[in-house]
Amino acid sequence: MEHTVSVRGVDVQANGASLRRRDGMILNRISQGIFVVLGLFVLYVLGRALLQNPSVFIQQVMNGLQLGFIYALIALGYTMIYGIVKLINFAHGDVFMVGAFTSFYTIGTLELHRWLTWVAPGMPEGLATVVGTFTVILASMVISAALAVVVERFAYRPLRNKPRIAALITAVGVSFFLEYFGALPFAYTNNYITYPRPFEVAVYSAGKVSPVLMAAMWTIFVVALVIYGIFFVRGKRGDARAKLILRHPLLSFGLQFGGFLAVVLTLAGIRIETGGKVWDLSASNVTLVIMSASILLQVVLQYIVNNTRLGKAMRAAAYDKPAARLMGINVDGVITATFALGGGLAGAGGVLYATAYKQVHHLMGIIPGLKAFVAAVVGGIGSIPGAFVGSLIMGQTEVLAAGFISTPMRDAIAFSLLIIVLLVWPQGIFGEPPAEKV
Amino acid sequence: MRIRTAVVAMVVLALVALSGCGGAGSKAVKIAILAPLSGDVATFGQSTRDGAMLAIEEWNAKGGVDGATIEVVVEDSQCNAEAAVSAANKVIDQDGVKFIIGEVCSSASIPVSEIATSKGVLQISPTSTNPSVTVAEDGTTKSTIFRACFIDPFQGLVGAKFAIETLGAQTAAVFLDQGNDYVRGLAEVFIKEFEAAGGQVVVTESYTGDDQDFSAILTKVKDANPDVLYLPDYYNTVNLIAGQAQEKGITAVLMGGDGWDSADLDVSVVEGGYFTNHFSADDTRAIVQDFVSKYEAKYGARPDALAALAYDAATILLQSMDQANSVDPIKVAETMASGTFPVVSGEITYDASHNPVKSAVMLQVSGGQVIYTDTVAP
Repeated sequence: MEHTVSVRGVDVQANGASLRRRDGMILNRISQGIFVVLGLFVLYVLGRALLQNPSVFIQQVMNGLQLGFIYALIALGYTMIYGIVKLINFAHGDVFMVGAFTSFYTIGTLELHRWLTWVAPGMPEGLATVVGTFTVILASMVISAALAVVVERFAYRPLRNKPRIAALITAVGVSFFLEYFGALPFAYTNNYITYPRPFEVAVYSAGKVSPVLMAAMWTIFVVALVIYGIFFVRGKRGDARAKLILRHPLLSFGLQFGGFLAVVLTLAGIRIETGGKVWDLSASNVTLVIMSASILLQVVLQYIVNNTRLGKAMRAAAYDKPAARLMGINVDGVITATFALGGGLAGAGGVLYATAYKQVHHLMGIIPGLKAFVAAVVGGIGSIPGAFVGSLIMGQTEVLAAGFISTPMRDAIAFSLLIIVLLVWPQGIFGEPPAEKV
Repeated sequence: MRIRTAVVAMVVLALVALSGCGGAGSKAVKIAILAPLSGDVATFGQSTRDGAMLAIEEWNAKGGVDGATIEVVVEDSQCNAEAAVSAANKVIDQDGVKFIIGEVCSSASIPVSEIATSKGVLQISPTSTNPSVTVAEDGTTKSTIFRACFIDPFQGLVGAKFAIETLGAQTAAVFLDQGNDYVRGLAEVFIKEFEAAGGQVVVTESYTGDDQDFSAILTKVKDANPDVLYLPDYYNTVNLIAGQAQEKGITAVLMGGDGWDSADLDVSVVEGGYFTNHFSADDTRAIVQDFVSKYEAKYGARPDALAALAYDAATILLQSMDQANSVDPIKVAETMASGTFPVVSGEITYDASHNPVKSAVMLQVSGGQVIYTDTVAP
């Protein structure tokens, strides 16, 4: 005798072994079909744009890189904090804003970017600017880190053992507080304020790229690549030390920094004219500074997380807080350090963002913060390489959508990416499936 | 009985008092100034009041209009619809005003214009640019409502003309914010007029008000290499776009509208750019310099565009009353609609929709300063 029991949309056929889910199946298929068609259409539009005018297409990719590297600095903070306290820190975008404003004051009022010329007036202008810019970024990182720690101590720690939704709502509250406190007349006011860049903008295009700089970048990249190759082969043969060296931060910095900058500089440096089409790309020093700073900070973060005692404690706390506490790890201290690191990165992101767009505003953190959050989710929240890759994807999606599909639709397209990625990889690209804890 | 006698006596006394009031004002005409004197845009309202008062005092010194001296009623209409409506009702019903100068903001001028139309009162707004101030919903012109400023799209026309004729531009790129009527109005007219004058608009890109990154659309501009990049947005967005254009190495001349007119305009990134405006205190015409020196002598400050437009609004109104030899709003409105008024912001005539046809000033950002370059007639 055959009978069917329907339990919450799942048809359980008593005599058959098969369990089939019927409800919503057709709708799911339709929605997948729509996404596939849309995806193919987007690929067609982009492919056509690439063939029609490759130089504009590649310039857009370079624009996307700049945006992606800034998102990366914010997304790293989101992902680290989520990884350890399982909290989506909505105030993170506002820490980013505070970082931008800090640098606005250190540059505009204190002129900290010129400190080397006060100490040693004979300094070459270029060196003083580089050192000054790094000082400004560092100062913003310190202030933002301090702010993140204060927020954690006063807003999140008291709710640590309460239901997670309480901390989430508190995060939204802190975010609003920072935004609208900033709007007060004695804080930042609610005006759009022009930001003084710590250095003059310079555009590098064909003939203006220093061959020395380009050669230096290629050298760094090739040397790093050769070293990587050597130790990779030795590691394959069973040399344990070689495998460790492969993960050395200097090596990964050399590969990424040298690689990205060499390619960008070379692309900007060549000029080809074919049949009326001119291949003439450009990159500004702002783009180069953003890429270098972002790669450097990301490598430093990777080093801290993978190779230091603090990093080990962070990973342990992320895995299992009570057990980590039993092992003698100061979990509260680790969480504070995580917030400080995340805040510092967001602060650096704020300086770079303000340098690129030359304007600060008390609500400037909302949209970049949201997009970086999406980037972190796309990459797999909790994963550091995931946040980095997700941000680069996010930057590309946005710029290519704006450039070749529709500018007003850019955000809609960028956020649709979130849906598509989550449909395919529910944990994000680098995310790990939830581990079974015993 | 004694109570009734007392009431009758009081009523009689009141009637005598009221008729006395009416009789004493026969040789005076009342004009109301409605302006926001408190709130966010209080400085707009103060400039407007000061500019209008200056013109009215000049006419009073000359003996007034139609043999009557001008009395002024100033009301704070707060740039919002409710306050403006109650201020308008108060001046019309209580003070017996038949002529209104104001409001500053379109959102307040539109409801005032409804009241003024229904009560046969003449209204001239110095600065409200929304088309609905003078045109009713069914498309007919409100017979007694005027303005002293040009409406937004007019700047697009002047910008296109200047780009072609003075800058010799042949190609242009236009950026517009789809969600902002002001920006869209300027951009659409610019595109139409630029192409009508033989130019070619090579890039038209729209964005949304939240956008901060314009690298994608600027890359297209770089590729198309136009002579002019028209950015008819407010200064904050212009700062963002122009800063990134500089970073992309774009050399097109930047142009815009009166949204650029702000102390917060980032002059370092829009260096060499041009924008249209209503008025410049540096305009060399004698009437402008005369106004500027009188304003400075009275208030100790340089007049801004709001003061100039309010001065013009009052001048147009008083000149029309003088020419009509009447203080009847309907007659004055007829004279105003057909007259020609040489005022500070240009020589004004009115089109069928009661919008002024006049010249705009073209300002250039040069050496970190905003300087007057030209007066462009449409």
